[in-house]
Amino acid sequence: MRAAVPLLLLIWYIVPILTGTPPFILPGPDRVLQALWTHHRLLADHLLITIIEILAGLFLASILGWCSAILLASSRTACRFFQPLFLFSQIIPFFALAPILTLWLGYGLSSKIAMTVIIIYFPITSTLFDALIKTPEGWLELAHTMGASRMQILYRIRIPNALPGFASGLRLAAVYAPMGAIIGEWVGASHGLGYLMLLANGQAQTDLMFATVIILAALTLSLHTVVTIISRRFLDHIKD
Amino acid sequence: MLKRPPTICLSGTLYIGETHICGPLNLNLPSARWTCILGPSGVGKTTILRVLAGTATNVKLDGTLSTEDEKSLNGRITMMAQADFLMPWLNISENTAFGARLRGEKIDRTAVQDILTRVGLAEHLEKKPHTLSVGQRQRVALARTLLENRPVILLDEPFSTLDALSRIQMQSLSASLLRGRSVVHVTHDVAEAAHLSHQIFLITRTRSFHLSLGTAPPPPRRWGASETLSLQSRLLHLLMEET
Repeated sequence: MRAAVPLLLLIWYIVPILTGTPPFILPGPDRVLQALWTHHRLLADHLLITIIEILAGLFLASILGWCSAILLASSRTACRFFQPLFLFSQIIPFFALAPILTLWLGYGLSSKIAMTVIIIYFPITSTLFDALIKTPEGWLELAHTMGASRMQILYRIRIPNALPGFASGLRLAAVYAPMGAIIGEWVGASHGLGYLMLLANGQAQTDLMFATVIILAALTLSLHTVVTIISRRFLDHIKD
Repeated sequence: MLKRPPTICLSGTLYIGETHICGPLNLNLPSARWTCILGPSGVGKTTILRVLAGTATNVKLDGTLSTEDEKSLNGRITMMAQADFLMPWLNISENTAFGARLRGEKIDRTAVQDILTRVGLAEHLEKKPHTLSVGQRQRVALARTLLENRPVILLDEPFSTLDALSRIQMQSLSASLLRGRSVVHVTHDVAEAAHLSHQIFLITRTRSFHLSLGTAPPPPRRWGASETLSLQSRLLHLLMEET
């Protein structure tokens, strides 16, 4: 990895020079770095908006994911009724939903948060549901002989046991959440990294566009790292 | 205060769907006695325990399960299995009081400490299960079983994963701490059955029957004593003849 990054940067630097590709088609890394420095305030302003959308989306999708997974895991009737609908919802192309969400919720943060929630709701709910139903049978039998109710079993056994599953879903969601926010911003927005990408593209500022992509990649990587560290610390804390 | 254990009678045949699991059985479990259900793997011993515990929802009993006081066994029975089933996110003290914690009842911390002291784990109250040895974890499971204070205890091969020395220590500890309760203990270890049982119920693929212990002294019988070794040898021969 450490060797690959400088090598890739070198190739990226050499290719436009050797092929004579103009900077508005493929700017070299030096130009992109320069754009990062020149437009750092602009990038920071738009980054902040995208971060807010992503965090709000993660928070809301987590709440919705918990509610849905608990409902599906606690009631066979609910599972039989909702699970096919839940799976069917994944067939809908999310990109096609973005204009509708903008139409319904406007150009503000809401439509981007909704898009983020739609994209990450499934991985969170699915991993959590799997973890909830995979409670060891022996624990359930023990709880039964101890006279516990279904709610007590859910609260004291199933949910604590499902926390590692939730952490896995959240790690996955941390990777997909920026995609949701960016799709929302592409369709209709006045702020955010997705909007800035379109703006830079329209003005043939390809170096700024590349700078935005780099910021977005760094954001996704940081978000995944932070979620991994927090969930690992939390899970270690409950285990140790 | 421990309630007097009821005499339990399980008679009939067990099925899962149309598949015969075991029986016909005529299992009589006298009050405050240690009954070993002895037999090779796969003859339905654990299923019998699950039927007694009321957790075998997929098993059909073509027969009756009755108690001498005609009351249900719900709330009077608890189970200790081969796996300790400790919750990894709770410490030893919390795991011991898991029943009360699960039901949302007030936890008697003095009783928890007292029981953990009796099983030799007073130094480990705040530790998490993964820091203990397999033998220590089974002691916690025994402490949890005792704290439930139920008159009927079901043991499903609880010592089978332990090393020889820990097994002997746990058997002696259990025999001493579970005195006065009805214990139904599933095992395939003839030495264990010979050491601990007031009565033995033998199950093989062809038949099941109570074994008369004749003039054998009351349990727990001394390890290495001639009467224990003779009973052990008799059990082994019976198992070999039947299988």
